[in-house]
Amino acid sequence: MSIDKETVKKIASLSRIAITEAEADAFVPELNQILGWVEQLGEVDCSKVEPMAAVIPNKLRLREDVVTDGEIRDKILANAPMAEHGFFAVPKVIE
Amino acid sequence: MTAIFELGIADIRSGIVDGDFTAKEVAETFIARVSAARPLNAFLVETPEHALAAAEATDKAKAAGETLGKMAGVPIGMKDLFCTQGVATTAASLILEGFVPQYESTVSANLFQAGAGMLGKLNMDQFAMGSSNETSAFGNVISPWRRNDGGNSDLTPGGSSGGSATVVSGRIAPAATGTDTGGSIRQPAAFTGITGFKPTYGRCSRWGTIAFASSLDQAGPMAHDVRDCAIMLGAMAGFDAKDSTSLNLPVPDWEAALSSNLAGKKIGIPKEYRVENMPAEIDALWQKGIEMLKDAGATIVDVSLPHTKYALPAYYIIAPAEASSNLSRYDGVRYGLRDLPDGAGLQDMYAATREAGFGPEVKRRIMIGTYVLSAGYYDAYYTQAQKVRTLISQDFDKAWNSCDLLLTPTAPSAAFGLGEKMDDPLAMYLNDVFTVPSSLAGLPAISVPGGLDGKGLPLGLQIIGKALDEQSVFNAGLAIEERAGFFAKPEQWW
Amino acid sequence: MVKMTESTYRIQGGTGEWEVVIGLEVHAQITSESKLFSGASTEFGAEPNTQVSLVDAAMPGMLPTLNGECVRQAVRTGLAINAQINKYSRFDRKNYFYADLPQGYQISQLYHPIVGEGVIQISLDEKDPDAHGKAIGVERIHIEQDAGKLMHDQHPTMSYVDLNRCGVALMEIVSKPDMTSPKEAAAYVRKLRSILRYVGSCDGNMEQGSMRADVNVSVRKPGGELGTRTETKNVNSMRFIQAVIEYEAQRQVDLIEDGGTVVQETRLFDPDKNETRSMRSKEDAHDYRYFPDPDLLPLELEDDFIFDCKASLPELPDEKRARYKNVLGLSPYNAAVLTAEHETALWFEQLLETTDKPEEIASSAANWVTSELFGALNRMGVGIENSSVSPAQGAELLSLVADGTISGKIAKQVFEIMLETGEGAKKIVEEQGLVQESDTGAIEKVIAEVMAANEDKVSQYRGGKDKLFGFFVGQTMKAMQGKANPQVVNELLKKLLG
Repeated sequence: MSIDKETVKKIASLSRIAITEAEADAFVPELNQILGWVEQLGEVDCSKVEPMAAVIPNKLRLREDVVTDGEIRDKILANAPMAEHGFFAVPKVIE
Repeated sequence: MTAIFELGIADIRSGIVDGDFTAKEVAETFIARVSAARPLNAFLVETPEHALAAAEATDKAKAAGETLGKMAGVPIGMKDLFCTQGVATTAASLILEGFVPQYESTVSANLFQAGAGMLGKLNMDQFAMGSSNETSAFGNVISPWRRNDGGNSDLTPGGSSGGSATVVSGRIAPAATGTDTGGSIRQPAAFTGITGFKPTYGRCSRWGTIAFASSLDQAGPMAHDVRDCAIMLGAMAGFDAKDSTSLNLPVPDWEAALSSNLAGKKIGIPKEYRVENMPAEIDALWQKGIEMLKDAGATIVDVSLPHTKYALPAYYIIAPAEASSNLSRYDGVRYGLRDLPDGAGLQDMYAATREAGFGPEVKRRIMIGTYVLSAGYYDAYYTQAQKVRTLISQDFDKAWNSCDLLLTPTAPSAAFGLGEKMDDPLAMYLNDVFTVPSSLAGLPAISVPGGLDGKGLPLGLQIIGKALDEQSVFNAGLAIEERAGFFAKPEQWW
Repeated sequence: MVKMTESTYRIQGGTGEWEVVIGLEVHAQITSESKLFSGASTEFGAEPNTQVSLVDAAMPGMLPTLNGECVRQAVRTGLAINAQINKYSRFDRKNYFYADLPQGYQISQLYHPIVGEGVIQISLDEKDPDAHGKAIGVERIHIEQDAGKLMHDQHPTMSYVDLNRCGVALMEIVSKPDMTSPKEAAAYVRKLRSILRYVGSCDGNMEQGSMRADVNVSVRKPGGELGTRTETKNVNSMRFIQAVIEYEAQRQVDLIEDGGTVVQETRLFDPDKNETRSMRSKEDAHDYRYFPDPDLLPLELEDDFIFDCKASLPELPDEKRARYKNVLGLSPYNAAVLTAEHETALWFEQLLETTDKPEEIASSAANWVTSELFGALNRMGVGIENSSVSPAQGAELLSLVADGTISGKIAKQVFEIMLETGEGAKKIVEEQGLVQESDTGAIEKVIAEVMAANEDKVSQYRGGKDKLFGFFVGQTMKAMQGKANPQVVNELLKKLLG
């Protein structure tokens, strides 16, 4: 499965990375090389096997329904590039 | 008497207990070593005040006759992947520029609780993606080691825990934390002639550790020797209810049960690890390792892990897939870099911020990850890789029918020069060929120095064990350590 | 047995009639103290970003931990709609970028939801619910995180992000595309909301946003292939849901008949203009790249847990309605009205409980609650849970009518006074001397006086003017200040007038 520059741009867009033309050009052979290499996994007969769901056998624990967190607005906003009146501020979105 | 900076965890600890020196003296010694080692670019942030405060607390506790913690009086380096409260944390990326965590990671909290002090945050491959510490946004880390050919080529310390390996091997810190996703503790340990340990998946909490690949990331110690690693891991590990993948099991006292007597133990030699074009020196070291373990009382058996060659490709689907999602939160909204071009809307802000903030390798992996998860490709790539992962794990399970541990080389080469492999991402990925399978299976593994190559550079041997059997791995590592006669240290060129 | 009825709702187009196919995805906020994957509070209306943990804000290194209560409520809800409970389920990440989604992904369940197929019975005739009903299939229920809130009107060039709601647990209840009219859709949502409130897993408060619907609409010629559907998101009232269906169906019919094709897209409802419009979204926004969340493990439910969930369910609307009808003997209409809301049914049952013989007064109690009590509550703009008259007080009032102490008409008066003063019926009747007169001797005496004072009318009545009966009733009641037992008056008048 070979990918072209258009596909590279589409992936970059999906990933929200504004790559330059030069980057796109560079990524085409690089990504193709990597994808071509991982494709060998297709050789493996996996018909009798399930995808791995838990690395080490373990049970998903259920947490008790108690409020143990929150009321830390200062910490939440401390690193915000832009915050006002207790909100994070982002460029205006029109829905 | 040995200079303080040559001492490891156990010796520092006992030295303080015995009154040979104070914790403050130890801290000051290493603080000076840190300042003098700036040419290596191992530290991104230096925190001498943190180390001193911890040292003072230890000295005070000792004076008051209190019981001292496992790491009391030991100043360490902290890989910059651990969120440290009030101390800038970047994962070596521009996208986290200015980020100061308002919380402490569980692992660093555990270490500080045990009495350790922090010398600073260590440089690393960006977001733990790399095997040579050449993807950091803040410059390469330079290995303390030089080849013995007289040339002064800067060498890689390995990656992604390059800064950690450098400071321990250069005796700039007695120990450092690392993280291992596909080999990022073990390979740098091998390249720099120190000991590094990756525990069973879930032993160390991932809460507050910046995520690269969630199902693979594990924190671990990097130190002078097996005993030091056992001590440090004991302080780092433990159940954390805030991490759903954390193992709810007591932490064994690995240090107390250390024993290099391997009578009754069977060591498996997996034939698939004998890769094409394997350097003769590495093969020879592997043989040496076999002899050493035999000498310690173990029996050697040949085993087969048939799906070994598929481990790297499976890893390079799974890890980027998870990373592509884990790194979506770096978007300029709530922390870190924000790049807002004039008139840009929200989505443009995301794209501009991430373009400016992520390095090339990070972008590469995010894009691979996005691609393999995308509609139409998910089954062929991601699902298939997770199935292959199950097969790889089953290979190990079957091997445990005939052995208790596995012995392999840690890396397919010694440290290479900085810049030598940067043109070919794939060539760089092959560094992890021996370490990745045990990462995929979540198994504990150690790298111990086994010898030097022809150019005077360290080579490492890897022991892989059963899930939750860190003890046997430590013990086999100790058996090699006692017999390898590895006392080489890098000559200080900085 | 609910009779399945074919819908006759059609859109009239230029080329003929069109059927509408409707599916609803209802997002219901799970009632819990803390969020789905974090320990922050779920309380509504707090100051911005005060109910946000580091996990909700997706700080580096943060990890999710699952709230057991949310799992329990989802299972209870599934059991309440007779759905399959999946003992093995998993959480998947739905990846997309938006400012109300700090992680850059929503933790949801795509591949293995916690609840499988179920069914919700709806009735389309208020007066006779069993005569005209339909079974609407439920495809699945899964658990997922809610997103934060964006505010666009606080600043000229910036939008503000509040993450308080981010991470609150939602059940997404996905119907099968079994609905064919706005009325059916509204009945479905009403019934679902009622069930959720009975179960206690969601308060169904659409205004506050704790329940909202994505409305999927497509059109086709009767018997034809399914058309392309559009999805109108976040519709938060029954009225709007119906408006969306009407508008969308018409828009699609007009579009197709004009030669266009319906585009599969996401739309938003504008209540001011009463229309839907396309959301401005990028083409690739729909590739969510779902994969199992590696920070969580598969969720495995024990039989004991599911058993306990089932045992904890109250009597549900359909069962209760059947019991009211078949055991208590209520009319189908009353049974339906009284069981539509859990609070109403509980109030009614409490009333019955305070009497000795509930079966005897059940019907009159039902009538009284649905007309008198509801009338008063509506007037006062108050819900039954805030009624100033208690069930016990209602029971007392009804027992006074049942034992003949007061007439039904007087009871209405007494009720008004109860509402005003908060006093009990017995006390009011005694204080106001409203005990009705049933003594035949006393009434006969008054009737005799009335007849004597109106001899001409007596002759006219006896001569055939039957309508005058009412006059005599009125005069008798007036003479006795309305306190005569009307039944006795009627009987005696018939006897004495001839």
